[in-house]
Amino acid sequence: MRHSLTQQDHFGFIDEYAKREVRRATLKAICIPGYQVPYSSREMPMGRGFGTGGLQLTLSMIGPTDTLKVIDQGSDESVNAENIKGFVQQVCSGVHVTNKATEASIVQTRHRIPEAPMSEGQILVFQVPYPDSLVVVEASESKRRVMHSEADYAKLWVKLYEDIVRYGEITISHRYPTEIHGGYVIDPSPIPRYDTARLHQSPVIHLFGAGREKKIYAVPPYTDAKPLAFEDHAFRVESFLDQDGEQASCSVCGAKGVYFDEHYTDDGVVQYKCSDTDFCLQNLTNQKNGQ
Amino acid sequence: MANKVLEVNNVKKVYGSECPDCLQSTGPEHASNICPSCGSIVALGGVSFDLHANECLGIVGESGSGKSTLVKSLYFDQSVTSGKAWFTDQQGERIDLFAQHAAQQRWLRNNRLGMVYQNPHIGLNFDFTVGGNIAERLLMGGSRNYAKIRSSVQSYLEKVEIPLARMDDMPADFSGGMQQRVQIAKALVTKPSLLFLDEVTTGLDLSVQARILDLILQLRYDLDVAMIVVTHDLGVVRLLADRTIVMKNGQVVEGGLTDQVLHDPQHKYTQRLISSEL
Ligand SMILES: Nc1ncnc2c1ncn2[C@@H]1O[C@H](COP(=O)(O)OP(=O)(O)O)[C@@H](O)[C@H]1O
Ligand SMILES: [Mg+2]
Ligand SMILES: [Zn+2]
Repeated sequence: MRHSLTQQDHFGFIDEYAKREVRRATLKAICIPGYQVPYSSREMPMGRGFGTGGLQLTLSMIGPTDTLKVIDQGSDESVNAENIKGFVQQVCSGVHVTNKATEASIVQTRHRIPEAPMSEGQILVFQVPYPDSLVVVEASESKRRVMHSEADYAKLWVKLYEDIVRYGEITISHRYPTEIHGGYVIDPSPIPRYDTARLHQSPVIHLFGAGREKKIYAVPPYTDAKPLAFEDHAFRVESFLDQDGEQASCSVCGAKGVYFDEHYTDDGVVQYKCSDTDFCLQNLTNQKNGQ
Repeated sequence: MANKVLEVNNVKKVYGSECPDCLQSTGPEHASNICPSCGSIVALGGVSFDLHANECLGIVGESGSGKSTLVKSLYFDQSVTSGKAWFTDQQGERIDLFAQHAAQQRWLRNNRLGMVYQNPHIGLNFDFTVGGNIAERLLMGGSRNYAKIRSSVQSYLEKVEIPLARMDDMPADFSGGMQQRVQIAKALVTKPSLLFLDEVTTGLDLSVQARILDLILQLRYDLDVAMIVVTHDLGVVRLLADRTIVMKNGQVVEGGLTDQVLHDPQHKYTQRLISSEL
């Protein structure tokens, strides 16, 4: 990291004023589920697009007693995840980091929600590249704002309609538009449909931070999250099948019914592995311990 | 007497910083809609008329007389400066159009009103298929059943005589006349009780114009819809309109049964319009 830290650097890197502003935006976001609250995003010592929105959320609320988990593509060990963890540990002395989703008070994530069931009090922070679900149908932000305020999502629905016309089904795999609490339709960040479904009535606080676009939004605990779908073309999550058409299992830990990464063996056979590396490892450890 | 669908009362629209002289120093007798004191444009200088259920009203007048401003205001494309417009829907509810807030206006646009523009680029979204454009109106109204939406779209494409095989093509691949047919289907698919048509055949080939006018005439008899047809072309109102009002410089100079207005024009301006057309 280019930035070299000195003694004067503040706990949490950003100053208290900026933290308060982010926290105020966050509280507002929780009060108005799915509404994109503008805030003045700060410069972070890493390029925007590397999770600076999520990082500002994390830094604005983390304290010395917190435990942080960071995942990128489901992995705790990816370079991005390691960088962010390293940075937070540098600027927040005393903060613990963990790989275990169940132990973390804050999970900062890109692309996935941890497989392990999380519980009340835990906070999931999503790094968001594109915060506005309407950006695919309307280029003007001021028009999008009016559309959101009037819950005018017809153009988004036309996109889904035309997907079915063209492909016989809705093909959106990530960033699936999702209606929150019967009102705003959010872009749930690049998580797969499998995870989008898990936002619904989850006990966790979900916070979404877009650094470049300077927006924060939230799905509070126990809130309805309904992926847009037609009555006769229901929302479906990814299904993973083996060669025999059976439900696939993880080639490492044997888990079924979770979200997999696909790999191909040298002879071209598809193999699945848990995309959540920590979940996979825990599973394996439990099996070794005879649980 | 049939029920009134629309009662428009003294509607004014001024572009610019209105001054106390605006209204009395513009209009047909001044042969201008520009206020000499402040330079504002009085696009509508107090327009009133009624429209009855299932009636077709023609609005004629030369370019700049305020016809588009009038229908765009009634369709909430723009605001008015003052005046009232009462709309009575199929259920008999009487609605003060200009007093509705944005969400109610949007609801009325989607569920009670329809508009066909001269320019298909305003009426259609060229990023969506033809079917998608028509479906959008149903989706706005809350339809969420794909198969039902498809079949409504199909039935309205049939009504406007577009081959179903072209349902999923893009508007840009359609001729001008076909684009207007798509606009008409899009406007009608939500079964509005009031349809606005603003110069919908202007600029098309004469033979294409004739067929679209025939189609509109047919739809008038098939569907339960009142229409306001805006045109600078007296031939259009002669064919379509039961009654016609004539506008000049933002005001109505004459109105009545279309035949009467065309055969026995009272106002000098109308007489000139008719003689210039012959
Ligand atoms: N957005 C605008 N700003 C200023 N003047 C306008 C605007 N729109 C229309 N006008 C003026 O209002 C008058 C009426 O225009 P319009 O309703 O388009 O006439 P018509 O449809 O009869 O040709 C014209 O003088 C026109 O120049
Ligand atoms: Mg016009
Ligand atoms: Zn596994």
